[in-house]
Amino acid sequence: MPLLHVDALSRSFQSTRALAGATLTIDAGEIVALMGANGAGKSTLVKILSGVLPADSGTITLSGQTYAPRTPAEAAAAGVVTVHQSTDLIGAAGLTVADTLLLTRFSQRGQPFFVSRASIRRQAQAILDAAGFDLPLDRDFADLTAADRQLVAIARALANRADLLILDEPTASLSIAESQRLFTILKRLRDGGLAILYISHRTADLEAIANRVLVMRGGAVAGAFKRPIDFAAAIETMIGRKLQSARPGIRNTEGPPVFEMRDAQLRSDSAPFDLVVHTGEVVAITGVLGAGKSRLLSAIFGASRLAAGDMYLDGRLHRPKTPAEAIAAGVAMAAEDRHRSSLMPANWPGSSLAATISLPHLSKWYPHGLLFGGRERREAEKAISRLRIKASGPQAPIASLSGGNQQKAVLARWEAEPSRLLLLDEPFQGVDVGARYDIIKAIRSRSDRATLIATSDPEEAHEVADRILVIDHHSLAAVPHGTPSRLSEETHA
Amino acid sequence: MTSIIDETAPPLPRDASPDDATSSWLADLGTTLRSGAVFILLAALLFGFSAAEPAFANLGNLMSILQAVAVVAILGAGVTVTLAVGGFDLSIGAIAASSVMAASYAMIVWGLDAIATVPLVLAFGAFIGLVNAFLIVRLKVPDLLATLSMMFLLSGLQLIPTAGRSISAGLILPNGATATGAYDPAFLLIGRFSLFGVVPVSVVLMTLVAIALFVLTERTRVGRLLFATGGNEVATRLAGASTARLKTLAYVISGTLASLGGIVIAARVGRGDVSSGGSLLMDAVAAALIGFAVLGKRRPNVLGTIVGAVFVGVLLNGLTMLNAPYYTQDFVKGAVLVGALALTYGLGRGNS
Repeated sequence: MPLLHVDALSRSFQSTRALAGATLTIDAGEIVALMGANGAGKSTLVKILSGVLPADSGTITLSGQTYAPRTPAEAAAAGVVTVHQSTDLIGAAGLTVADTLLLTRFSQRGQPFFVSRASIRRQAQAILDAAGFDLPLDRDFADLTAADRQLVAIARALANRADLLILDEPTASLSIAESQRLFTILKRLRDGGLAILYISHRTADLEAIANRVLVMRGGAVAGAFKRPIDFAAAIETMIGRKLQSARPGIRNTEGPPVFEMRDAQLRSDSAPFDLVVHTGEVVAITGVLGAGKSRLLSAIFGASRLAAGDMYLDGRLHRPKTPAEAIAAGVAMAAEDRHRSSLMPANWPGSSLAATISLPHLSKWYPHGLLFGGRERREAEKAISRLRIKASGPQAPIASLSGGNQQKAVLARWEAEPSRLLLLDEPFQGVDVGARYDIIKAIRSRSDRATLIATSDPEEAHEVADRILVIDHHSLAAVPHGTPSRLSEETHA
Repeated sequence: MTSIIDETAPPLPRDASPDDATSSWLADLGTTLRSGAVFILLAALLFGFSAAEPAFANLGNLMSILQAVAVVAILGAGVTVTLAVGGFDLSIGAIAASSVMAASYAMIVWGLDAIATVPLVLAFGAFIGLVNAFLIVRLKVPDLLATLSMMFLLSGLQLIPTAGRSISAGLILPNGATATGAYDPAFLLIGRFSLFGVVPVSVVLMTLVAIALFVLTERTRVGRLLFATGGNEVATRLAGASTARLKTLAYVISGTLASLGGIVIAARVGRGDVSSGGSLLMDAVAAALIGFAVLGKRRPNVLGTIVGAVFVGVLLNGLTMLNAPYYTQDFVKGAVLVGALALTYGLGRGNS
């Protein structure tokens, strides 16, 4: 008997059918990977399984019993626990790891009113021992690395008896070494009989740990793959068409230098480095979270300062004090986390697709100050056809677009006016394979400027860049030209 | 998860069952009703009051309603601009009250005429706005705390020049001298003259402020950036705009409008009363918040603020005509505000 059996599950949001008869089973002691493009129905399925949303129709059976949780607490009581992608929300600055581990327990009824530090430590240690993790109990939650936060979230989820663990993009912000550590732990948990539903876009992760891969498309399970997993076929099932090589050939990128950094130090205690970027070149900078990728880009964009060293743009000294100065000099930046750094909240002026694109260009496009003349509508229409943005039109609310299309809109914003150097910080966050291909093609089709991309995913870096640099401890080290990493070889075999 | 579109999959078949059609029709009706609710209620009030009390509907009474709400609407427009940049200006009531005192002091003690007094008082309001902006933008004092302290400071400051006395002709100054000036009759026209004998000057001022601020916030580049600052300050800065300058602009506009409101009050009352402007802050904030419900915008908007102020004015005027006691006024305002906010935040959530 399978642990979990989902039969013909459906769920609609107004006219959109997010889930259309999804059917799948999961056995105890296996890791099942769930793949799917944005909007394929993965997150709706997870929300129904974890008790966040009810299903419209269909049945779920858990260990032979009908399972229809109305709240996340009910789901957890039945043995289904979920760790969501943004683990920075599971705790708060000022709480220790021990506090964070016990946070859900504090809110349960029947717990003692008074708590002592010693009892918190004892209970937290018991939770960690049960999961088999080693974490510093007294460390402040705010000081934890993303990987440790992930482990805290998993340990807390497993604190009570759990049969099924759902992980949503757990490695999105982890380095390779941290991911490996997580995989070892997940395999151990699996061998102990836990079923794990693992959602990810990263084929390298799935290759490493998945027993089976389920591919969702259009709200249903469109394909199932057993080991050895044929990822090319899985991805083709996922995007519904033949996989083209996302990397459109090696180009001649020996243009004149556009941007140079000399003896630059990001922090006063980091090693100095040089950087040269040529016209038409796409350079990727990879490194673990916190290695200084964003710091480097924001220094070039004038959002922070270099500790030492000089920058030159087209041979002229480049020392922007504000983003406005950098933009005027010809530098553009689409910063990390588009919701925080680029988009307006829903229902707010400027939250349409057209206004998202026009925000930095208002004074250039509307020199008289009045927003008449439809310039931003025309620019948005151009962007929609050029980048294949799926939207109902220039006035479509940006929140109604999928993650990949939102990212395309942010790219369109900075490509709407010519620039000398385009900086992209994690441009593929929450972007599915199809949209990623469009974005890479758009980035690589431009030869009039240089592009510098920061990404923590070596596979992405290899797909998009002519040259890959590695940043570590706030300093750059070069990687020999054209050496593909093992990860990407495997994926594109 | 509203209408996320699959990148490559063919469009999903849509169920066109009668159930869906009915529910979406009902949802559409619900949206329309919600966005028009304030207008529908306003029409109902006008109709109901006219039926119950025929004197309500005459032009003179309608103008007196507008005149009564003019100051609140002007201040509310300023509140709307500070809300748009994600701030809040608690000092507007105190700025208006000090402007009444400043205008009276300028004319009665210094003997200035209307031409000198009006720009002087407006400059005073703009200056207070600048100080607010300095505290908030430069010193990073949270907006509520900065403007709350400014409110206290101004309420105290306005008492000092006259040693706590109200200002009218023949005022005895702290040093024992008697003030020789008087209100300039031209200044009083701002509060008492009506164009063509029908439209009071204050209503004209309210209309001009409403139009100017509506165009500024909704139809200009600067307005877009003001809202962008309130919507996502990081994104606005990374797009190359100076959010410090935009916030400063918002507080200066708010301060200047508050002092314009003060000028209108001074011109109507004709003396510098120490207790003037007591409920102005609350009324202006309420108008701006009721404005969130107008046209279902769920955000600060100038048109909504003006409609909100007029709505409260109509309700109070009508109830007074129907002999509702004066002490029920605050209760009525509060009930309208609670209703409008419930409409804005509560009912709208289900379908979005």
